[in-house]
Amino acid sequence: MTPAQIEIQLIAAVVAVACALPGVFLILRRTAMMSDAISHAILLGIVLAFLVTEDLTSPFLIVAAAMTGLLTVLLVEILHKTRLVKEDAAIGLVFPVLFSIGVILIARFAGSVHLDTDAVLLGELAFAPFNRFVVFGVDIGPRSLYLMGGILLINLAFILLFFKELKLSTFDAGLAASLGFMPWILHYGLMSLVSVTAVGAFDAVGSILVVALMIGPPSAAYLLTERLSTMLLLSALMGMVGAISGFWIAHWADISIAGSMATMIGVIFILVYLLSPGRGLLASVRRRVRQKWEFALAMLVIHLSQHEHQPEAVNECRADHLTEHIRWNAKFAQQVVRLAKHRNLIDETDGRLNLTSNGRSLAARKVVG
Amino acid sequence: MEITEVLYNLVFDYTLRTVAMGSAILGIVSGALGVFAVLRRQSLLGDSVSHTALPGIALAFLLTGSKAPLVMIIGAAVAGWIGTLFVLHIINNTPIKADGALGMILSVFFGFGLVLLTLIQKMPNSRQAGLEKFLFGQASALMVQDVVIMAILGGLSLLLVAILWKEFKMLSFDPEYAVSLGFPTRTITIILTTILVIAVVIGLQTVGVVLMSAMIVAPASAARQWTDRLGVMVVLSGLFGALAGVSGAVISSLTAKLPTGPTIVLCISAIVVISILFAPNRGLVMRAARNYMNRQRLITDAILLDLFELGIQHHDPHYAHPSSTLKVMSITRGNIERSLHNLQEHDFVQEIGEDNWALTESGVRKAAILANRMEEKS
Repeated sequence: MTPAQIEIQLIAAVVAVACALPGVFLILRRTAMMSDAISHAILLGIVLAFLVTEDLTSPFLIVAAAMTGLLTVLLVEILHKTRLVKEDAAIGLVFPVLFSIGVILIARFAGSVHLDTDAVLLGELAFAPFNRFVVFGVDIGPRSLYLMGGILLINLAFILLFFKELKLSTFDAGLAASLGFMPWILHYGLMSLVSVTAVGAFDAVGSILVVALMIGPPSAAYLLTERLSTMLLLSALMGMVGAISGFWIAHWADISIAGSMATMIGVIFILVYLLSPGRGLLASVRRRVRQKWEFALAMLVIHLSQHEHQPEAVNECRADHLTEHIRWNAKFAQQVVRLAKHRNLIDETDGRLNLTSNGRSLAARKVVG
Repeated sequence: MEITEVLYNLVFDYTLRTVAMGSAILGIVSGALGVFAVLRRQSLLGDSVSHTALPGIALAFLLTGSKAPLVMIIGAAVAGWIGTLFVLHIINNTPIKADGALGMILSVFFGFGLVLLTLIQKMPNSRQAGLEKFLFGQASALMVQDVVIMAILGGLSLLLVAILWKEFKMLSFDPEYAVSLGFPTRTITIILTTILVIAVVIGLQTVGVVLMSAMIVAPASAARQWTDRLGVMVVLSGLFGALAGVSGAVISSLTAKLPTGPTIVLCISAIVVISILFAPNRGLVMRAARNYMNRQRLITDAILLDLFELGIQHHDPHYAHPSSTLKVMSITRGNIERSLHNLQEHDFVQEIGEDNWALTESGVRKAAILANRMEEKS
């Protein structure tokens, strides 16, 4: 590994964790699309600040962009409060306007400079190490590593300091308000974090990957756990795995790093969704299959117990009669009978099915409830 | 530039005519179909579809090597459709809600699209420049063949809406009822989603991935303010979309360095703002005016009742009182003098001497009615 590669991976990991932490709360508070809106709208702030300072590295750009992020949240809230549009529509109305103004400003006033919509949307992590942070003439590392490191620390500090409050206002906003925690302050605090993180991350990875990193890992973590602290840890971990594996695949196949990371996050989500023990697709398919057989067995023993010791038992309690009475097809009926025999619920004499004591007690249990 | 000249160019300038027609078709189709997305609270589905279309466009190019508009549109539609099915599947089968599912699918698909774009870039003599226009939209590059395809696909979508009108209506307002009536809601949902996908992808080339979502949400949100009827809303929304499309195309053609897509979005957003402010029933201005008038009526009613009460106590319904007395009795801190003058204009009270107010004949009648009503209520 070259030093540049190590630095890129460090930046990627830091960005991934910094995005995943506030992302967990976005997912839980059902405001995930706000990250999409914010990450697009900050373009306007960056352009405006650039037109004033004419310096792409000015810290003022970050401040202005973060303010635009908050402005987005505020405008969405105002629009939603009029009760004339729903919240999702409000999000869909606000950010395209801000983004459009940004694009038009770039086209009209900043066309010749290195500030184009591609860079904002797509980012280019590969160039991040070229932008050095120099203190008193000493090169101490890439600038975005320090920037994102600082943002990560802020996010961590906010979440650790207000963990209890965030937890309460996320899961029970009403209770939080009645206890005097002022959920709206936390809401805006959180949205400020999202804005600052999106701004910090955008020049490294572009705004779309910001969304992937903020929403993907927490969504996957949500399928694995119901504990907030575990979810935060898992999200950070999966974000890092996605970012670093994405980097290596991009390096190996010579493709867009940001795109490759987003793709890896999708792959991680799919794997988790398929394999998660509790809520995964495979687990639930297995559960459903098991339920199907359990139900069939219960049907069989109940059917047999209904007709046990009755005159019609000679006809009713035959394997081939099941197709008629319970409307199973012949193959399925055979399988159920075989399974029932295997579990020692019934035995068969001359084609007649008899309940064993096990089967009888199961039937009794099922009928009672 | 003269308005006649603009109209002249709109008809005879080839580029402007093509762009304006393309934008108009896009506006009509996305406006009309956006209504269902907005009503079903899936406003952001358009955003998701437009982003998920990117890998489809890239794959279509990789597989066929062609940049023909129909190939691109089919690729975009297939990817957008698959992405949407993923979104719906995640919403229905996991604890993740719509916002999370949309955000994740759109960003992951878009990321994958970027990967494919960089792969295409590496191919020798691939001339992939044509694909980038889907990212940010390039209305000025619209050709007549693009517009024809947009018109055909858009027309088919609108026809489908007309045929399945009743089903879509039910799905938008009361899906449970539709299920209970035995409608195949799953199939109808998929059809509705599919034509929404078509509406999105035929606009990608004009306004681009990011801004396409506005063309779904904004016309419908504006139209919603003017009417409570679905039919009117769909027509209005299509009209707003077309109006914004044409005016955006014209404005950007009149000004140098003014990209069409963002201009169209600003036009439709202006229509939204106007609708939210000035729509007759729901509009904010009308609502404020209504509130103000209600408040005024409450104050004047209260004054009439106070005077009426005082009249009863003095055994003379026309007994006069100074405004300071009324102020003490008043339930609000509103401007008593102004309300008194207001009442005087309507001939309910009269000023007897300096600042001494009494009910007139019609004032007594009116107050008696009010008092009666109060009693009935209590």
